Amino acid sequence: MAAYKERKNVSFFSRGTMILLILLGIAAFAALYRFTYGLGAATDMSDKVPWGLWVAFDVLAGVALAAGGFGITAAVYIFNMKKYKPIARPAILTAFIGYLIVIIGLVIDIGQPTRFWHPLVMWQHKSIMFEVVWCISLYTTVLAIEFTPPVLERLRWTGLLKIIKFFTYPIVIAGIILSFLHQSSLGAFFLIMPSKLNALWYSPIMPQMFYISAIAVGLSMVSIESIVSAWAFKREYEPGIIKGLGKGVAITLLVYLVVKIADLIVRGKFSMVFDGSTASRFYLIEIFMGVIIPMILLSTQKIRESIGGTFISAMLVVGGVLMNRFNTNFFSQVGNGVSYFPTWREFAITIGLVSLGIILYRLAVIFLPVFEEAEAEH
Amino acid sequence: MAKNEKKPIGALIDLTKCIGCRGCQIACKSWNNRAVKKTVMTGNFTNPIDLNSETYTMIKYVEKEQDALMEWDFIKVQCMHCKNPACVSACPVGAFQKSPEGPVMYEPEKCIGCRYCMMACPFQIPKYEWEKVSPVVQKCTFCAERISEGLIPACVKTCPPKAIIFGTYEEILAEAEKRIKENPKKYVNHIYGKEEAGGTSWLYLSSVPFETLGFKMNIPKRPLPDLTWASLSKIPVTVGSLALILSAIAYIRNRGENNKEEK
Ligand code: SF4
Ligand code: SF4
Ligand code: SF4
Repeated sequence: MAAYKERKNVSFFSRGTMILLILLGIAAFAALYRFTYGLGAATDMSDKVPWGLWVAFDVLAGVALAAGGFGITAAVYIFNMKKYKPIARPAILTAFIGYLIVIIGLVIDIGQPTRFWHPLVMWQHKSIMFEVVWCISLYTTVLAIEFTPPVLERLRWTGLLKIIKFFTYPIVIAGIILSFLHQSSLGAFFLIMPSKLNALWYSPIMPQMFYISAIAVGLSMVSIESIVSAWAFKREYEPGIIKGLGKGVAITLLVYLVVKIADLIVRGKFSMVFDGSTASRFYLIEIFMGVIIPMILLSTQKIRESIGGTFISAMLVVGGVLMNRFNTNFFSQVGNGVSYFPTWREFAITIGLVSLGIILYRLAVIFLPVFEEAEAEH
Repeated sequence: MAKNEKKPIGALIDLTKCIGCRGCQIACKSWNNRAVKKTVMTGNFTNPIDLNSETYTMIKYVEKEQDALMEWDFIKVQCMHCKNPACVSACPVGAFQKSPEGPVMYEPEKCIGCRYCMMACPFQIPKYEWEKVSPVVQKCTFCAERISEGLIPACVKTCPPKAIIFGTYEEILAEAEKRIKENPKKYVNHIYGKEEAGGTSWLYLSSVPFETLGFKMNIPKRPLPDLTWASLSKIPVTVGSLALILSAIAYIRNRGENNKEEK
């Protein structure tokens, strides 16, 4: 086991952290406003647009961005791809923090925050929302367990650590299944809205599409994170890992694109893509910027081998999936004179939640052996 | 009424008889103790412009020009009390329930405020108390309390030209069919709500095509909860097979290596 020394070369406070803390402060102020005056006063949501930025970003997109956790644990533990072991802990950490933030976002968003536990007690198993709440609760628990090893190493609780390590496989498998259900269920939300959601996005296979795109964006997030933390924590890049992730993303995007196009053709809606409507323009941007361009970039060996190229491609994938979740949510509500634009408080809370995520990540990496496992094994 | 209590109830709105007096809108407000909300002038008689948490039912005025004169169509809107409601299946805590008698009921104490019912309802009926700090969902109750006392809904009772009739679902459906049959020239051959979303307890008759009145025409004829159940019902099988497949792959790919790593 790795003997752990605290990271001495980086301190928690930096100019970046100060900015993040300020953003978090603004978000706290906005949240206070929301809890004092209610959703109507704090947001631009209305009876016409009951699901706004918070559901689109904090819940739908946030969960997708956290998909790297199950992608990497599956690669490392199930497929025994040892190469990715060094990024297993950071990926689990990101997923764990991501889910914590989704939970905070949900509690802020629901109209009765003090009743957030109701679905765990009052069962209504025909509701996708019920499934989603259970998936979030269970998977966050699994992620917490998956992330105990670095904490226990730090505390030197070897006994408990051994027990947890003994159960690695069942825990990892439970995590992969729960993620699968959760990512798909977010697409399944919209299955009940065939007359509302624009036909470019409405499809009976939305759950599967959400799942596939979550893999692409989850792996992209892991690349981005590896690149950024190598820079921030003055570590070496792992070129082999980043190249491998790029390849994985390219293949996933190809599968996704084929499924998307085949689905449009089967449903007879392909011509809608080019009908010049607002929705079709959003659709084209989503598919070109978020799927086709990064897929081509990452299929090029040279680009996959350059840090800059991988970084840009990964950012495009993130942007594409964000857009997909936003489009799916908003094209089931807006149109016909209905409009929605988030208030500054909605933006502030969303930005604050992201800042909180980065702060927690930084804290964890500095005070816990997140990267060290890898370094010890080298 | 007493002998009909077991059979599901329904209501039929004959739009050709509605005179746009808004009596139902007021009767509903006063029976259900709904407050007034500030409204805005829109240049149209429709007021408020849509249902809201204080307005369970209202008349929408659709303007059209006929022989160079302004004409109106009046449309009463309220919860359709679907037979297999999307809102009921969407709610994670079972705050919405379809009662055997027909009304779709809501228990505010359970509601967590996720607003999925609002997203799911194809008729955009549930409304939220956005202005409140502790909001709940609001919508037409089919006057379930009145009905359990043997009364008829407030809106039905008040309607001067008897544009709304109330009875068992069977009765009102038969009446709707009879009216179309006896007056095929007057009515369009469509009972709105008979098939929409798998059927609703409230039905409409009209003399002009429903699409010109702003009725939603693209609502599937099958019950909407079937669509999400198709995904939910697969969960047990998915979990089982994934667990097996993943364990198998993990076993095969890691064979003979665990001992080495333990050291
Ligand atoms: S009309 Fe909407 S709110 Fe009313 S029962 Fe049907 S789905 Fe529920
Ligand atoms: S807002 Fe309330 S009633 Fe509507 S689905 Fe959520 S918990 Fe159920
Ligand atoms: S049935 Fe009762 S609650 Fe519903 S619209 Fe009529 S008066 Fe209002």
